[in-house]
Amino acid sequence: MLGLYHPGTSVLHRTPAALKLLVLAIVVLPVAVWPVVTVTSVVAALLLVATVTSQVPPRVVGSQLRPMVPILALAALFQGLSGSWVGAGALLASVTTGVWAAALVTLTTTTTDLLDAVVAVLRPARRVGVDPERVGLVLALTIRTIPVLAGLVEEVRQAQAARGSRSLRAFAVPVLLRTVRHADRMSEALAARGLDD
Amino acid sequence: MARIQLRGVSHRFDTAGAAGADWVLREVDLDLTQQRIGVVGGNGSGKSTLARLLNGLVRPTAGTVLVDGHDTVREGRRVRRTVGFVFTDPDAQIVMPTVAEDVAFSLRRRRLTRPQVAEAVAQALAQVGLDGLGERPAHLLSGGQKQLLAIASVLAVQPQVLVCDEPTTLLDARNSRRVAQLLAGLAQQVVLVTHDLDSLTGFDRVLVVDGGRVVADDSPGPALAWYRRLVQ
Repeated sequence: MLGLYHPGTSVLHRTPAALKLLVLAIVVLPVAVWPVVTVTSVVAALLLVATVTSQVPPRVVGSQLRPMVPILALAALFQGLSGSWVGAGALLASVTTGVWAAALVTLTTTTTDLLDAVVAVLRPARRVGVDPERVGLVLALTIRTIPVLAGLVEEVRQAQAARGSRSLRAFAVPVLLRTVRHADRMSEALAARGLDD
Repeated sequence: MARIQLRGVSHRFDTAGAAGADWVLREVDLDLTQQRIGVVGGNGSGKSTLARLLNGLVRPTAGTVLVDGHDTVREGRRVRRTVGFVFTDPDAQIVMPTVAEDVAFSLRRRRLTRPQVAEAVAQALAQVGLDGLGERPAHLLSGGQKQLLAIASVLAVQPQVLVCDEPTTLLDARNSRRVAQLLAGLAQQVVLVTHDLDSLTGFDRVLVVDGGRVVADDSPGPALAWYRRLVQ
């Protein structure tokens, strides 16, 4: 989502975002509620075909799964020790296929298309007071703010290191203040771009 | 070209009734009709507040600001369609994850077709020299490229006026020059708040702001001479 879109012209790229999100839900749901080898294997085979035909290099898809490895390993270890190792394997397989499917959607869909899909899906909720455009904007801002905040945390960490400080408070306070200041500036910028209602 | 008028404009920030709250701007009367207008002044002089008044980001405590006769307070949205704003920190201005998406974001409410949006995005990116970088994640751009993207996102909606609040302050010399050259070549009316006095070469008019008042208002030569005397 942080600008991970991989440009292409494959069938997956051309499939409407709303349909991809629907298929993602259909794929993830059975794997999550019914994590048996047969279901997971079928879904994994479908994902393999989708990956090969998507024109996205496998290493790029793999890089989306890599950050999950430590968490998955810990979860599987816990499941194996407290339950069964078969259950641990099923958990590993179901989460991996879910993240794999989500990664394929992210890599073949622009954020704009995803937001348009979210806005379209939420349109009926207007009747109960939900503003779909606003929800889409919040999602976009959330995605955009992650690297900004990461940069901000790194700046403060370096400033602390330069002064030889290890105080948690001296780290947290400037991060919080800069975050609030960034939010304030961003709100002003949104107003300047005509998104102030 | 839009006509911006400030009539008896004063401003002070709401400090919840704090006694002795200072006025940031006092009794400013201006008619901004020139194509290139520079604004200079020290830190805290009121120049950024003056810039923000021009498109209604700041509401004057007293007086009125009119853009082509439209009040920035009562008709803020209409005014902001005419007056685009570029901030010092482009990171606060870029909303979408990729370059092309951020420019397209400005056009979301224009009810354009996808090909029309794509064409407008391509034009805006070409105008600032970022063509070919449309798919690049915005957070991976250099500081100069981010500022150019921020400008492209504003230009995409074709405002008549561009107000820029110290757009080169966070940039190195090369990128500052690039941004200054870009602003100098725009067809739009430009109001540039800056500490980079060289970037005001060729401007029609320069305002010097000090202590919340416009203390000099002249062509760049005399106005900048006044400013240099002021800061010495």
